[in-house]
Amino acid sequence: MSNLIEIKGVTHAYRTKAGPLPVLDNLNVSVPEGEFCAVVGPSGCGKSTLTRLVAGLMKPDQGEVWLHGERVTSPRKTVGMAFQNPVLLEWRTILDNVILPLEIVAPRMPQRDREARAMHLLEMVGLKGFEGKRPSELSGGMRQRASLCRSIVHKPDVLIMDEPFGALDAFTREDLWQTMRDLRAAEPFTCVLITHDLRESVFLGDQVIVLSGRPARTQHVLRVDLPADRTIDSLYTPEAAEMLHLLRDQIRIAQGRDGEVH
Amino acid sequence: METLQKIAVPTLAILAFLGLWEFIVWVNDWPNYKMASPSDLPPAFARYSNLFIEMGWQTLWRTVAGLGLAVLFGTLLGMAMGFSRIAREALYPLLVGFNAIPKATLVPVIALIFIGQHDFNTVLMAFLISFFPIAVSVGIGLSTLEPEYRDILRSLGASRVTIFRKIALPKTLPEFFGALKVSVTLAFIGTNLVEIVSPHGRGLGALFKSGETNGDYPLMFAVLIALAVLGIVLYYAVVALERIFAGWAERPQS
Repeated sequence: MSNLIEIKGVTHAYRTKAGPLPVLDNLNVSVPEGEFCAVVGPSGCGKSTLTRLVAGLMKPDQGEVWLHGERVTSPRKTVGMAFQNPVLLEWRTILDNVILPLEIVAPRMPQRDREARAMHLLEMVGLKGFEGKRPSELSGGMRQRASLCRSIVHKPDVLIMDEPFGALDAFTREDLWQTMRDLRAAEPFTCVLITHDLRESVFLGDQVIVLSGRPARTQHVLRVDLPADRTIDSLYTPEAAEMLHLLRDQIRIAQGRDGEVH
Repeated sequence: METLQKIAVPTLAILAFLGLWEFIVWVNDWPNYKMASPSDLPPAFARYSNLFIEMGWQTLWRTVAGLGLAVLFGTLLGMAMGFSRIAREALYPLLVGFNAIPKATLVPVIALIFIGQHDFNTVLMAFLISFFPIAVSVGIGLSTLEPEYRDILRSLGASRVTIFRKIALPKTLPEFFGALKVSVTLAFIGTNLVEIVSPHGRGLGALFKSGETNGDYPLMFAVLIALAVLGIVLYYAVVALERIFAGWAERPQS
C-alpha cells in the first residue's frame, strides 16, 4: 500500500439542537507518501473536521481513516498539527515552545539534543536569535514560523495544517510559502493543508482537492504538474493561470453559484 | 529621577493626609475619647508594643492559614468546575448563594458549632470568605481554554494529566493570581471579623475591641494602622509571588 493517508467513504454529522448536521458525505482522499495535499472548499464545508479525523482527535460516523496502513482510532505520535492561530504558550520562550512535542513524544531524549534539534529548525525558518524571546515579543509571521517548527520538530510522518497562513498579510504569507517549500525539501513529510487561498494550494500542493459545499464530498482532484522547486514567479506562468482558473470554477460550482455571471 | 518620584510622591501624599487629619482634630479640639490624632499613635504603639507584636502575629498566621486552605480548596473546586460541565452546573448556584450570605451572620453559627475553638473558628472564617474568587477564576480559566491548545498535545497522544500540567495549569496562573489578590484582602477581613465579634478573642481585632471597651481611641486607631500595614504586606507578598510564577503575563512596556 503506497498511500500514506487513505480516507475511505468517510461520512460524519454533528449533533445539534436542530438535528444532525451532516458535514462530510462519503469522502475519499488518498495521499501518497511524501506528497503535499492541499484541500480547498467553500467556507464551513467541513475542512476542519477532516483535519481532526486524520489527527485521530475524532472518529467518523461511517468510513475509515488509515495512516501507514493502520486504521486511525486515536491520536498518534507521528502526527504534527498547525493551526491558523499559532497557539504558542505565552509562558515559554520560543525555543521551549518548539521543544514541547519532544517532551511528549520523546521523554527520554536529552535536553541538549532537543534544543539542538529545535535550534536547527528555528535557524531554517529564519528565527535564529529569537529563541529566547517570548511569543508576545514576536510578529504574527514570526509566531507562525515558530508554530511550524513546533509542528515538525518530532519529525512527524504527517503534517496537518488548518489554514496556517490565513491570518497573515499577503507578503508574509508568500514568505511562509517559500519557508514551507524549503522545509519540505530539507526533511520530507506528507502534508495535508487546508486553505482558502487557491494560489497557496497551487504553490504548495502536489494535488489540490476541491470539496463540495456542506456536506462535503470530493468534487474535483487537480494534479499540480509544476516543478518541485517552485518560486512565486511560477504562479504567473500560463500553466498556473490555467490551474487557478479551473480551481476558481470548481469553487464556484461548490458554492452552488454555477449559473451566475462572473 | 524616576525612582525618586516613585518614592517621593506617595510619601508626600501620606504626609499630607496625616497633616490634614491632625489639623482637623486640632481645629475641632476633639478630646482623646472622641477622636485620635496621628500624634497620639506613636505613644499608643509604644505603650502596647508587646501586645501589637503578639496579636499581629495571631492575626497574620490565621489569615495565611485560612488563605492557604482557600487556595487548596478553591483550586480543586475550580478544577472540578473547569473540567466537568455537570460539576459546573451543580456547583455554581450553590457557590453563588453561599457567597451572597454576609459572612458576619456565620460568626455566631460557627462559634456555636465549634464552641471555644477560637483559632479554628478564625481560620475557618478566613477560609470561607476567601475561597470563592479562587474557585470561580480557576474554573473559568480552565473552561475557556481554547480547544487548539489542548489539541496540540492531544494530537500527540498526551494524557489528560500531562495536558493539565503543561498547558491548563500555567495558562490559568494569571487569573489565579488576580483572584488571590482579592482573596488575601477577604481572608484578612474574615480573620478580623471573628476576632472582633467573638468574645474572649485574640489577635488585632480583639485588641481593637478592648480599645473600644476602654474608650481608648488612640489604641483603636493604632490597631487600624497596624491592620492596614499587615494588609499591605500580605498584598505585596502575593504580587511578588505573581511576578515569580506568572511574570510572563505582564506585557513588556513600550
